[in-house]
Amino acid sequence: MKKISISIAMMAFFTLAIAFTSCKSKVSDADVKTAVETALKADPMAVNTMVSVEKGVATISGECKDDACKTHCADLVKGIKGVKEVVNNCTVTPPVVNSTDDALTMGLTDALKDNPGVTGSVDMGKIVLKGEIAKAKWAALKQMLDKLTPKGYNLDGLTIK
Amino acid sequence: MVLQNKYNELVTAATNSAVANLQVREQEGILYIDGEAPTGAVKDMLWSVYDKIDPNFLSGDLVMNINVIATAPVTKAKVTTERSNLNIRKGPGTDQPIVGKAAHHEIVTVVSQTSEQWWLIRTVDNEEGYAYAQYLTPELES
Repeated sequence: MKKISISIAMMAFFTLAIAFTSCKSKVSDADVKTAVETALKADPMAVNTMVSVEKGVATISGECKDDACKTHCADLVKGIKGVKEVVNNCTVTPPVVNSTDDALTMGLTDALKDNPGVTGSVDMGKIVLKGEIAKAKWAALKQMLDKLTPKGYNLDGLTIK
Repeated sequence: MVLQNKYNELVTAATNSAVANLQVREQEGILYIDGEAPTGAVKDMLWSVYDKIDPNFLSGDLVMNINVIATAPVTKAKVTTERSNLNIRKGPGTDQPIVGKAAHHEIVTVVSQTSEQWWLIRTVDNEEGYAYAQYLTPELES
């Protein structure tokens, strides 16, 4: 009886030992993914990217502002332990260029000319509107103002009739 | 990514209705959607989806610039003011002097689409100058 239990214990020990060594020799895909995600999140150029890892091949996707950023993201991932290969599926999306306050003010003045019930101003790239306007006129006005590429709106003082 | 979720239905609608050069960008708490709609009806549909998600567009967190794709250069346009005449100005801006008027529903020649706001037009009486693009509707060549 004693012999059998010893041999069972020894078998269990060896099984565990093998399991642990195999883990140590190879980094799992999940661990690589976590490491890559941490590195991408920490890099301001790579914050809008995602990664998936399969058999050591890291596939990155998401948005970069230019080609240099895209290359940078791939290089960053290449340097991480456990990554054998990088597939770079990032797309290059140039950032939005907002109009200057002067250009916005000019465009806003033109757009508000035929909307006497509304007064407008520009604050740090944002269009601020106050007053009352009919729904149809507001829809047309919003379409024109969006073409000016403001940094959004403050419409707390605007009432739609 | 918060705004992309909020306006997901709108982005999906734009994708499904073949909006060209579609760009969806979230930057400093504002979502920007740019693209070219195949028809005016698609553009109107997108604005009504926007209105449904954000009633009366009052959140101020979306800037949508969807133009209708030009299949041919615009050469003629109809004056689509509510009822009044359309001012024709010396330069592109309401601070510019008025050099003429185009009548409500008159067809004018579009000389150039100078900017998204101002087009250079010429009336039948040969008055030439800048008019506010919101009140000009491109006429299809027959």
